[in-house]
Amino acid sequence: MAVSLTDSAQIAPAGRFAKPDVPVVEYRNVTKVYDGGSVGLERASLRVGRGEFVFLVGPTGCGKSTCIRLLMKELEASAGEILISGRSLGDIHRKKLPHMRRNIGVVFQDYKLLPNRTVYANVAYSLEVIGEGRTSIRRKVPDILRLVGLSTKLHNFPDELSGGEQQRVSIARAFVNHPPLLLADEPTGNLDPETSIGIMQLIYRINRTGTTVIVATHDKEMVDKMRRRVIELREGRIVRDELSGLYRPDESTTEFAVRLRGELGVGPEGHPN
Amino acid sequence: MRFGFFLKEAIRGLSRNSAPALAALLTVMLTALVLGVFIPIVQATTGTANEVRDRVVVNVYVEDGSTEAERAELRAAITRTTNVKSVDFISKDEGLATAREKNPGAFDEGAELLGKNPLPDTFRVVPEDPGKVSGIIDRLAPKDADGVRVPSLAAIDEVRNKEEDTAKILSATSLVKILTAGLAALLIFASVALVANTTRLSIFARRREVEVMKLVGATNWFIRWPFVIEGVFVGFMGGVLAVLLLTIAKETFVDPLEDRFALLAAPETIDFGLLIAVLLLACVAVSSAGSALTLRRFLRV
Repeated sequence: MAVSLTDSAQIAPAGRFAKPDVPVVEYRNVTKVYDGGSVGLERASLRVGRGEFVFLVGPTGCGKSTCIRLLMKELEASAGEILISGRSLGDIHRKKLPHMRRNIGVVFQDYKLLPNRTVYANVAYSLEVIGEGRTSIRRKVPDILRLVGLSTKLHNFPDELSGGEQQRVSIARAFVNHPPLLLADEPTGNLDPETSIGIMQLIYRINRTGTTVIVATHDKEMVDKMRRRVIELREGRIVRDELSGLYRPDESTTEFAVRLRGELGVGPEGHPN
Repeated sequence: MRFGFFLKEAIRGLSRNSAPALAALLTVMLTALVLGVFIPIVQATTGTANEVRDRVVVNVYVEDGSTEAERAELRAAITRTTNVKSVDFISKDEGLATAREKNPGAFDEGAELLGKNPLPDTFRVVPEDPGKVSGIIDRLAPKDADGVRVPSLAAIDEVRNKEEDTAKILSATSLVKILTAGLAALLIFASVALVANTTRLSIFARRREVEVMKLVGATNWFIRWPFVIEGVFVGFMGGVLAVLLLTIAKETFVDPLEDRFALLAAPETIDFGLLIAVLLLACVAVSSAGSALTLRRFLRV
């Protein structure tokens, strides 16, 4: 990755969400109860400012993915309000939903690439969707793929790539039209530590261009090393919000041993209370 | 430019998912074939049934010696009766002439023997709806308390239809009509269901793809158009194949036999060109509408 991401960032996020003092993402007492009655999120409030890098951490089932999916409006909040750049998601009409999503890049744990398209076509699709011209697609796609280090695999199909490479393609797809907000749901969940670092490096670089990044993860090592803002969720509630935090604040070996032996009791999800 | 893109997407979709597309195409072809064979058969049968039903008539025999005025009154009375399609007057002489033509020997002898024409003047009444022919008879000659028919006008000698024949014709033809209509309805329903189901399956296999497209910010129609174009293509190809087979079958098997079987040459049968047009249109419509409708479920992300 010889090319630096900042080159292409000149054109980047500024325009679309550019309201200086308005947080890019704001949750106001958001509750999400699923149809079956299980609670995904409970009275969560948070604000993420422009250019921030935020980790959402916590065990599975704590509401990380719910947070991300609510932001995509894949799910509707049961109560409360979610604002993106000062605009309430509840006010966005179904018809306008695709347009809203074009301003948010998403990266998933399972990559979600289109299986019957080449790497190039996968990335090009998100530009075709917004009606980008052919010439500019031909210019931008190889550029971004070079940036993520896949310039030799343009015409391979996703199943011919390794997991790390597939995740790079999905990051390229998410970032090719320079969205002001990038969401990542367990981007390194399926990858080995070494590959994970490469992926996180990429996401970090994207953040450096001014893009707001929210990463839901349970990759303790990564969170501890990166020392960014950490928001911890537990059973749908926000229990911690720290600038430059750790995955789990200072726990000595003895404390861990106590937890392991289950002396404090075990929570409903199998997590210690 | 947009259309070019959608077309390219559709072609990509077809070539990358050729197996389900082929299955859908074959289904369309088979159902079109069955329909193409069945539609003319249904029409020929109901046509023949209708022809037979047209033979149901009521004869109103006029009293001998009735005056011109009475006859005119009777004619008016018959015309006024509901369910009457046409009234023909057949005079004694005309009646004898037709009868003689049918059976020359008997009538020559009979007329000579009697010394006069034994046939009455007759009004031949053709009913609008053969099924309700008895209504006409009841109006012109209502039954009295003992169940004996009494003519309602002096000029009427007797009102008659060939009751037994009529009853048989009516029950047979209406059964044929109901049967063919039922079969046709079943067949069309089965065809639509089959085609819809096959398109469903071929799209179901790609629902993940549709989900991803939505998450990247594609509008519904942006996703839908390529699928609809695929549907049109599959329907059209299936239809063309079916029509091709039908034409071959018609040329080789049906046409040579046409002279020998009246049923095949029945004038009510649909024109072959029209049949082809209808089949093609139906194939394309069902297949593309099927794609668009099935997609709806997956577009709700």
